[in-house]
Amino acid sequence: MSIIEVNHLTKYYGKSRGIVDISFKVEEGEIFGFIGPNGAGKSTTIRLFLSLIYPTKGEAKIFGKDCIKFGPELRQEIGYLPSEVFYYEGMKVLDLLKYSASFFQKDCTKRMHELSDLMELDLKRRISDLSYGNKKKVGIVQGLLHQPKLIVLDEPTAGLDPLMQHKFFDLIREENKRGATVFFSSHILGEVQRLCNRVAIIKEGSIINIQDIKTLQKDNYKKVRVTADDLDEKRFKVKGVTDLEKENGSISFFYKGDINAITKLIGSRKISDLTIEDLTLEEIFMHYYE
Amino acid sequence: MNIYLHEFKTRLSSVLIWSGSIAALIFVFLSMFQAFAADAAMVDDLMKAFPEELLIAFGMTDMDWSTILGFFGLLFTFAQICLAIQSANYGVGLVSVEETEWTADFLLSKPVSRTRIMTSKLLAAITSLAITQAVIWVCSFAFISIFRQGQTYQVKPVVLLLLSMIIFQLFFLTVGMLISLLVKRVRNVLPISMGLVFGLYILNAFGSMIGEKSLEILSPFQHFSPSYIIKHAAWDWSLVMISVAAIIISVVGSYVLYSRRNIPSAV
Repeated sequence: MSIIEVNHLTKYYGKSRGIVDISFKVEEGEIFGFIGPNGAGKSTTIRLFLSLIYPTKGEAKIFGKDCIKFGPELRQEIGYLPSEVFYYEGMKVLDLLKYSASFFQKDCTKRMHELSDLMELDLKRRISDLSYGNKKKVGIVQGLLHQPKLIVLDEPTAGLDPLMQHKFFDLIREENKRGATVFFSSHILGEVQRLCNRVAIIKEGSIINIQDIKTLQKDNYKKVRVTADDLDEKRFKVKGVTDLEKENGSISFFYKGDINAITKLIGSRKISDLTIEDLTLEEIFMHYYE
Repeated sequence: MNIYLHEFKTRLSSVLIWSGSIAALIFVFLSMFQAFAADAAMVDDLMKAFPEELLIAFGMTDMDWSTILGFFGLLFTFAQICLAIQSANYGVGLVSVEETEWTADFLLSKPVSRTRIMTSKLLAAITSLAITQAVIWVCSFAFISIFRQGQTYQVKPVVLLLLSMIIFQLFFLTVGMLISLLVKRVRNVLPISMGLVFGLYILNAFGSMIGEKSLEILSPFQHFSPSYIIKHAAWDWSLVMISVAAIIISVVGSYVLYSRRNIPSAV
């Protein structure tokens, strides 16, 4: 059974597009990346999972059950961290966390304190006195204190300093090892690359590719840079070569195809330097959005 | 229960302020009764000094201000306005506050159904209003007995006036709630609640003034007109039922709208 199963999910806000006919599955134990620029429909998809909004067409199933019909029951096991965090301004952090914990059947007190210590969160302060980054920490603790089976993160790192981001990623990996499935939405490709097993790329409301991060990088293009004296870039205008550029006596291009063919081509000349590397997710991403 | 307690605590200071203010209003008014009771002729002159249309508009005809009952009726029209504003504020802000403050994401992503959220919130608001009402019951009878200048009075109209608060408060609470769910997003509670209260108040005043019954039918200020209740020692049931119907429609409508509502996103 898939943890998340989305079938032809569509959401229009009046006439404006949210997402159109999205289908995918997230399996148990995965850290699933969901990447796309602002306005592509990432938050819409997540808000549908939590039945904060209702679909125009299609359905989403979580733990095999319809997320609208069984919403309250399913949310016992879902932890959600929104991109923008807002809490009751007049409350103290501890009171808010206790209020949050009171919705769950299990006793969350111990985990709540563990997480607060880890995130270095001062429980005695008022929400209204917290900086954005500290509110975000409150968000992380309240989202994880019930040890959910599914963790839904919507651009979670905004506002966290690099040190906290690092701690946060470690925490997510730990939760994942414990057995939690993670749905991670982001437009920062580096963090998706670091954390996720599989990634879906969403563009203008539709999913344009779902792949294993490793295959996405390996099976695809290579970035090649050759440096040599009197190099003729026309020699490299062969099948599989794109984005050919020449600058300062070196030639760079993207290559897709048999790696032996290209090394033979390069090896037939005397060269002074050569690098062949995988594309970063960023470059792959840009490629999809061109 | 957790949502109910949270809601109740959040509103507690507001309830205390409203209850205290209305209690003070009753006290100040009734303490002035002495002057009115002493000189019935002066009251007559005072009444005549106002244009009659104005008295009709404010529902102050058929009220003898030199009797404690008539005077209580006068002050109760002001208490009604306060109650209406308080109830409408709670109603308009009931569920919309989560969207205004962007806390809806927090609350609705918890394992709880929208129906339960609404019920808890509604019950918490009703408890708050009941506290205000209890304060008014106690203050009314206490201050009447202190300031009545030895006059005897019928208890029944007073009880009927005070009982009318239940439906009166529920009307503004539930209609306010329905309105807040009919709009896309409430940015500020006060303009809506004030608009609702004074809109209906003016509608009633205007209707009375031009003698247009159809306008009065719409307004709970007419359904529970203190001058009618004191004069007849009874409610005008046909009008009261209009208020009751409005409450039922608002509650049902609100549940339906809220359970289908798309919660706007902060970004």
